[in-house]
Amino acid sequence: MRSQGAGLFAYAIVYLAFLYVPVLFLPLFSFNNSMFIAFPLSGFTTQWYSQMWADAAVSHALFNSLKVGAAAALVSTMLAIPAARALTRYRVPGGASMLAFVNLPLFIPEIVLGISLLILLNATAIPLSLLTVALGHIVVCVPFAITVLVSRFEGFDKSLEEASLDLGENGWMTFWRVTFPLALPGIVSSLLLSFMVSFDDFLIAYFLAGSDVTLPIYIWGQLRFPYKLPSVLALGAFILFVSTVLVVFAEWVRSRGLDHRKHKMVGA
Amino acid sequence: MAVAAKGEMTARLAHFYRRSEGARGLALLSPTMLIMLAALAAPMALLALYSFWTQEGYALNTQFSLAQYGTSLGRQTYRALFYRSIEISSAVTLITVLLAYPMAYFVAFRVERSKFVWLILLTIPFWTSYLLRVFAWKVILGYNGVINSGLMSLGLIHQPLEFLLYNPIAVVVTLAHAWAPFAILPIYVNLEKIDRSLLEAAADLGDGPLRRFCRITFPLSLPGVIAAAVMIFVPTTGDYVTPTLVGGSDGVMIANIIEVQFDRVGNWPLGAALAMASMAAVGILTLLFVQATRAAAARIR
Amino acid sequence: MSDETYLNIDHVTKRFGKVLAVNDAQIAIRRGEFFSLLGPSGCGKTTLLRMIAGFEFPDAGEIYFEGMRMTDEPPHMRPSNMVFQSYAIFPHLNVFNNIAYGLRRERLARAELQRRVEDALVMIKLDGFGPRGANELSGGQRQRVALARALVRRPKVLLLDEPLGALDRRLREAMQIELRALQKSVGITFVFVTHDQEEALSMSDRIAVMSAGQVLQIASPRELYEAPNCREVADFIGQMNFFDGKVTGRDGGMARIDAGALGMMEIETGASTGASVLLALRPEKIALSAAATNSVKGTVMAAAYLGERSHYNIDVPGLNEPVSVATQNVGKIASQGHEPGDTVHMTWPPGALVVLPRD
Repeated sequence: MRSQGAGLFAYAIVYLAFLYVPVLFLPLFSFNNSMFIAFPLSGFTTQWYSQMWADAAVSHALFNSLKVGAAAALVSTMLAIPAARALTRYRVPGGASMLAFVNLPLFIPEIVLGISLLILLNATAIPLSLLTVALGHIVVCVPFAITVLVSRFEGFDKSLEEASLDLGENGWMTFWRVTFPLALPGIVSSLLLSFMVSFDDFLIAYFLAGSDVTLPIYIWGQLRFPYKLPSVLALGAFILFVSTVLVVFAEWVRSRGLDHRKHKMVGA
Repeated sequence: MAVAAKGEMTARLAHFYRRSEGARGLALLSPTMLIMLAALAAPMALLALYSFWTQEGYALNTQFSLAQYGTSLGRQTYRALFYRSIEISSAVTLITVLLAYPMAYFVAFRVERSKFVWLILLTIPFWTSYLLRVFAWKVILGYNGVINSGLMSLGLIHQPLEFLLYNPIAVVVTLAHAWAPFAILPIYVNLEKIDRSLLEAAADLGDGPLRRFCRITFPLSLPGVIAAAVMIFVPTTGDYVTPTLVGGSDGVMIANIIEVQFDRVGNWPLGAALAMASMAAVGILTLLFVQATRAAAARIR
Repeated sequence: MSDETYLNIDHVTKRFGKVLAVNDAQIAIRRGEFFSLLGPSGCGKTTLLRMIAGFEFPDAGEIYFEGMRMTDEPPHMRPSNMVFQSYAIFPHLNVFNNIAYGLRRERLARAELQRRVEDALVMIKLDGFGPRGANELSGGQRQRVALARALVRRPKVLLLDEPLGALDRRLREAMQIELRALQKSVGITFVFVTHDQEEALSMSDRIAVMSAGQVLQIASPRELYEAPNCREVADFIGQMNFFDGKVTGRDGGMARIDAGALGMMEIETGASTGASVLLALRPEKIALSAAATNSVKGTVMAAAYLGERSHYNIDVPGLNEPVSVATQNVGKIASQGHEPGDTVHMTWPPGALVVLPRD
């Protein structure tokens, strides 16, 4: 039994290495003082970072990605809050099939989502822009937002909202005084994770963006030019760092919320 | 009179709304449903419609026709791409699920205090840029890449190994790495749900560790395994980034040819038919897989 | 009922799908009354309470508060407040803010708000607990906070949904007494839902016994115990022996009843000649003696000594089921003890037998 545990632990370490080591080559070579991404390392430099920051196209694409990500995160979370509440609180006829429908984007290849939206936008003569990119991202973010919020609302004692109504608050104020503060960790986590999904997405943006590009599209374009690779590495390392911080924060907020609920149940 | 009737109407509607849980639930769901109908269902319907049309020069012939499906399924190159996409995805699915299972098992059954840290470590790659993870493999496998330059500077080889990049194996390795986090979470969730007293009961009834795993743990975790397999198989068949960056001409998949129809060739109906056909094929294969797995699981006693 | 009727539940019916949760309930609750809805789980008592509160709406019938129709009003428009079974203490607020929750929208002056919450804390003996977090309270404290939060709004009716169910036995008994005293001192009408018949009997002015959505009987605790109106009520409240009987003749208000193995007897009842009836007899109304008297003879099958009383199952020839008997163990010399196998004689005072309709 004990030796089996040790074997599994070793396996887990190797597995983590498989997950992380390939990605860690990006930050490693981003500090390497050479045009070529190859061993042996030739010295430490931050020139690729300064080159990246100096590039106006990078900051423009970054700003676009932030705008699209913020819009997609806000809209999909705002859509998901009432939807997740309805699915966990009420017996809605057809609720299960509606949830399955909303989760479809998780099971459709991104390229199909991209081209189908492209066809629709083309048919309705809506010009491609960052707005259409945001629309595409909302479609892929909603399933994530709903999943996060449904798990937050599950086990949510419905008599808390009833108590508020009973104490004289109407439905709207009950939402702001009870539902919202209790769901807040889930809402923050949904916002952050939806933002990440949008910020990372390349393929949907690739089909739906007009002349204004997002960061992944910009990076994609740079990959063709070998002399640009070092500064793409710097950009990639930077994105990896920021997303790691955001994800850890999002998961921390979410689990804190769950802990809080557990304490409450112990207290009862 | 009319005003009174209208007031009466409103009052009755409000009355109905307050009394009906279903109505309140639907009202809360409706914004999401409307957006998803407009931005998911409508585009998919249009895609299906396009697949029955024909591109004639710059014009679309909207006469119903199965010609695009004839081309999609009839032309040898497209058929080969379908087969290759499915082969690559099947291999990726098998590898990721097999590799992920012991990891998920370890976190669910062996980790006690630092579960949260392990879960975070396994979740971070899930959320970090897919494009960058694929790009990392291009850097690793390239002609002047990490492996080749590393081995050469160690003096183990003198010529860069050319077989590393631009082939189906590179696509499989890259996809298996990129999709690994998708397999762990569903399997972990199902393992975590298993009531530990079931295992004690099995031990009490005389089963050793291996038989316990085969008769209790594995069957109960099967929904997670199926979910993980579907969540990897379905999207990877349509993957575009990986074959483009590390596949080379031998690693091209169906998504590449679809993209070409929408970009350079400009034959949207054919692209739509290719997309529909591949989704149908993947859908049928997935259903068969789920049915077969369930049937096999039902034989466990 | 009388003009004292304060809360009128008028022919209320509620269905959930095919299940008839409440069937034509008709209850008139008086001002200042401690009124209990008693029944097994799933009998519709909580559904009825939730219709009074405004969380569910009847399919038929009306609900009136002081003659005002409230059937369709949402909860926040009703003059009632509720103590929830789970207590529903807001986990993100401290004790003070939980209690002040319903006062915030009344736009009271800060000092007035402070004073009313402090008074409520004193009332529930938790003064000084205001800054405590909701998660730092014991079960009994949560129950008190829920009570204070509802009472601080000065409702006309306080609705309580099994508020003592989650407490352990000792605390529950203490809270029963406190709750009863509190109700008398604030003078508010309480509607109390419980499945615990002892709790209902000890606290209530009147009780409505419910079963399968039906209100079976509405009466004072004493009347419910002494004069149940049907087998289900008799069975649910305390223990009861049932015997078959047949009315063989009438003499004024009295009916002559043939009770088989128990013999012939005359009881005051309206049952008509020829009717099959059910005779109900409480175990503790039966006296046992070893000496042969003009009474029913039986054999002790099982005896259990329970401290202040003893319990016996007596087999009587001609009866399908043994008769249950409870005797008080008064005096130091509990010489009345009977052993299994002993032959005993049972007697009971006139009027102890209750005549019920056969269903």
